[in-house]
Amino acid sequence: MDDIAVEVEGVDYTYSQSQKVHALRNVSFKVNTSEFVSFIGPSGCGKSTLLHLISGLLNPSKGVIHVNGKKSSSGLGRVAFMPQRDTLFPWRTVEKNAVLGAEILGIPRQEALQKASSLFDLFGLSGFEKAWPSELSGGMRQRLALLRTFIIPRDTILLDEPFGSLDALTRHEMQQWLQQIWDQDRRTIILVTHDVDEAILLSDTIYVLSERPGSIVQRVEINLERPRKKKVINSTEFTKIKSEIFQILSSGI
Amino acid sequence: MNNFRQKIKEYFPSLLFLIFSIFFWEWYVKSGYVSDYLIPAPSAIGLSFLEHISILPDHIFTTMLEALVGLFFAVVIGVLIAVLIAGIPFIRRVLYPIIVVSQNIPILALAPLLAVWFGFGLAPKVIIVVLIGFFPIVVNTTDGLMNADKDMVSLVRGLGANRWQVFRLVLFPSAVPAFFSGLRIASAYAVIGAVIAEWMGASSGLGLFLIRSQRSFQTDQIFMAIVVIAMLSISLFLSIQVLSNVAMPWRKTLVDLGEK
Ligand SMILES: Nc1ncnc2c1ncn2[C@@H]1O[C@H](COP(=O)(O)OP(=O)(O)OP(=O)(O)O)[C@@H](O)[C@H]1O
Ligand SMILES: [Mg+2]
Repeated sequence: MDDIAVEVEGVDYTYSQSQKVHALRNVSFKVNTSEFVSFIGPSGCGKSTLLHLISGLLNPSKGVIHVNGKKSSSGLGRVAFMPQRDTLFPWRTVEKNAVLGAEILGIPRQEALQKASSLFDLFGLSGFEKAWPSELSGGMRQRLALLRTFIIPRDTILLDEPFGSLDALTRHEMQQWLQQIWDQDRRTIILVTHDVDEAILLSDTIYVLSERPGSIVQRVEINLERPRKKKVINSTEFTKIKSEIFQILSSGI
Repeated sequence: MNNFRQKIKEYFPSLLFLIFSIFFWEWYVKSGYVSDYLIPAPSAIGLSFLEHISILPDHIFTTMLEALVGLFFAVVIGVLIAVLIAGIPFIRRVLYPIIVVSQNIPILALAPLLAVWFGFGLAPKVIIVVLIGFFPIVVNTTDGLMNADKDMVSLVRGLGANRWQVFRLVLFPSAVPAFFSGLRIASAYAVIGAVIAEWMGASSGLGLFLIRSQRSFQTDQIFMAIVVIAMLSISLFLSIQVLSNVAMPWRKTLVDLGEK
């Protein structure tokens, strides 16, 4: 637990294209290797911006970000990032979409396809390997985007509302699955979500963000025993944490 | 196959109307309402076709060669310049406005000049077709490349893709539909471009055949040549449609789903 996967120090971010938007203010936190961290906060508070900064797609206006001990601006491709929009490539079949990341990293296609095929069942996509993304439902598209992210051999995974368009049942299934996968390979995960239950169920640590410009208002450690089954949601401890987070969120700082 | 039957059903009324018009035309000319020097009957046009069936293939070959070679170079040069414009901001700033404005140059008006410069061989005709086809291909392909989905570009860049990979994985595939729109426009004008270029002087080609027919007042031959040119243009257009369906199988699926 002494290894730091991601370190964010005093980061500010202001978009300055057509108009200036101050998206993040003085954000600092550390994520340990193998930790599962969630960010929760009101819409438009800068959660997606934060993930873009960590992935290296944006550079902080102020402050620094280290990924695996190196400044993230010095290189893209350090993390596996699943953006909020599924951004599947319409001209690639489902399986070709799945191995996109592998292709960029120079992993032989056959090897990547083999690895992907072992995951299709788990992601409820088997039988659709040769289909076009336009033939998938919204939930299937999201699962494919998730698969495409997990297949990338990186130690840190950034997920921007990965289950946003899934129905409640599939959502629970995917959460259990994610927990199980994380338990097995122990990669560091930074998750952005709107769903407080989801955050508590999955995370070691939750950061609650304020309205824009987003800054961390609370760090909540979740010490519920793992693995966490679905019924943990009804436990008193869970409910206590949940009401605490809701209180922070609704105080609207 | 089902699709084919559906298509026939869809176009049946147009087809019926066309056949009816041709019969009406035949009857109208045969009844002497109009001199067949001015407008020959469809049957006369057909006869003229049979009469010239031995010499037509040569003329068709020449004209189609000019059109296809011209289109080929229009595609190669057009795509190359589109890539430069989309990829290099400096070139974009210099070239793009010029290209957009120069679309207004009446290219067919350059034909006499090209005949002076390059003589009466294949070259001036091919150049006309290249010039006609080049602009829609450059403009459409550039648009396609530059309007690629920003999130897709971010995604592959986030994975550490280099410039070439961004082009290959995102920009090129995104530009394929726009490229084909450009190619369709180019192909619609390629055959007629070659024909008109032949008017400036040629030793073979449908344009030459047209001019000769006109000089000897053979209206039926003129009409026959026009029909042949139209058929060639339509076949070229349809071939490109087929090509674009093959190149974009994901789109075909989309359309099929939409039609159901
Ligand atoms: N490319 C951009 N240019 C300018 N402003 C932007 C851009 N992207 C986001 N913003 C602004 O920055 C702020 C934070 O955006 P961000 O997408 O990070 O929010 P978010 O917390 O992810 O919201 P949501 O939960 O709705 O996804 C918003 O006010 C948004 O309008
Ligand atoms: Mg967001």
